[in-house]
Amino acid sequence: MNVWMKVTRYEIRNVVRARALLGYGLFFLVASAGLVRMGGGVERVLPSLSNLILLTVPLVSVVVTTIFLYDGRAFNELLLSQPVGRDDLFKGLYLGLALPLAGAFAVGAGLPLLAAGGFAAAPGPVAVILGAGILLTAVFVGLGFLVAFSLKDAAKGLGVALLLWLLLTVVYDGAVLWASHVLAAYPLEKPMLAAMVLNPVDLARLMSLMAVDASVLLGYTGAVFQDFFGGPLGVGVSTGALAGWVVLPYLGALRRFRQMDF
Amino acid sequence: MTSARALRDLGEHPVWIRMEGISKRYGVRSVLSDIDVCFRPGRITAVLGPNGAGKTTLLKMLLGLVRPDGGRITVEEIPLDGDPGYRSEIGYMPQLPHFPDNLTGRELAGMLDDIRGFQGMPDESLAAELGLEGELDKAFRTLSGGNRQKLNAALAFRYRAPVLVLDEPTAGLDPVAARVLKDRVRRERDAGRTVLMTSHDLGQLQALADDVVFLLDGRVRFEGEVGRLLEDTGEADLEGAIATFLLEHTSPGTDGLEGVA
Repeated sequence: MNVWMKVTRYEIRNVVRARALLGYGLFFLVASAGLVRMGGGVERVLPSLSNLILLTVPLVSVVVTTIFLYDGRAFNELLLSQPVGRDDLFKGLYLGLALPLAGAFAVGAGLPLLAAGGFAAAPGPVAVILGAGILLTAVFVGLGFLVAFSLKDAAKGLGVALLLWLLLTVVYDGAVLWASHVLAAYPLEKPMLAAMVLNPVDLARLMSLMAVDASVLLGYTGAVFQDFFGGPLGVGVSTGALAGWVVLPYLGALRRFRQMDF
Repeated sequence: MTSARALRDLGEHPVWIRMEGISKRYGVRSVLSDIDVCFRPGRITAVLGPNGAGKTTLLKMLLGLVRPDGGRITVEEIPLDGDPGYRSEIGYMPQLPHFPDNLTGRELAGMLDDIRGFQGMPDESLAAELGLEGELDKAFRTLSGGNRQKLNAALAFRYRAPVLVLDEPTAGLDPVAARVLKDRVRRERDAGRTVLMTSHDLGQLQALADDVVFLLDGRVRFEGEVGRLLEDTGEADLEGAIATFLLEHTSPGTDGLEGVA
């Protein structure tokens, strides 16, 4: 077994014992089960579940990652004093955090859908919505790594992580809407598409809501995107762009980690 | 031949560490300025200096935790080239034991065995001597400060590594445990291992160390045997010798002895 696999295994063993992870999984279990029970059918609850995922998954992923990395800084120092390369340690830590977080989300949100026959009734939309949550987990774990390895001060790091979440989930769409209002006299389709690709939460929203055909819930940028690409192509493009969003913070954080002094 | 390969070939033989032209800056602050220092094999070397003198930075450079801005580090004349394999020859005891809260001592030890690819029988005698055996199945977060430090020590000595790097090893230990650890450090030296250590307890260092490297303002002000330092300064003990050095080399108002080590 490679060193990074060993690090991943031990990091997972540590993370799954944390109460926060159990609470996260239970939260989605209760929320998803509650929506299924009250919503009257899997397909009808998917848009609501998607909105919950878009707010909660980025927040928990970035905050838990940042806290774990700051808490584990001294232990990472001990691991690096062993015959472990920095790239191996980084990969092991990333997977060790991203896999349990994605797993807790997928099991919590997915089990009630499975029990309600969601995978048989609407396999595509359910898979896309759970997939969007998993990709968002990977993106925000990567952003957490980038923050924690760029700022030595834990309080500042946590503050920046929360600001990042606020910016990408709440402020960004508002700013785009404001810009579109101010610049209403100009052709804005292409800038709007660019604006959407620059925000992973918008991409995940688009991906999810286009999959459940709930265009009424799309924001302005989503409406433009859907108009431009249509259904399946839009899902494909937004998924590809979101995958790009997974890679960029990962590589940025890895570059930072290689140069870090402990 | 990579440095890691060559180091493994050394087996149980002592290792000679040489650091040449080493510099390090943190932003505008220069921590180490073009220093040359050697650590002799089979000896206990105490790295001393006031707070911020660069002691921990120096030790961490040997472990690859801090990257020098300039200079080179060689072990048995083989330069460290970024291959982490050489670290299997080092046992490191960090200043503060911060291990994952949810893992037990036994799991931590197993994890390090696994990550190091350690094949032989690990040395668990220090854990037994420190009375740690009953604590090894408890989660790290439930251990007292003293037991955490004992676990830290037991992990550093577990692999019979030719080089031991100990950063404040007795901090937080009760007098009995501190004595056990000091005896163990002596035995390791007698077995031919190279020990590099820092400590705020100058009396303890005088009783243990063979050599001293004294850092001040990012430079090596003294490097040699403890006896020679005492001779040069005309002092009877390490505390007096370091005080004399500080008075000679620092301006009034600078931190005194309190920050030394």
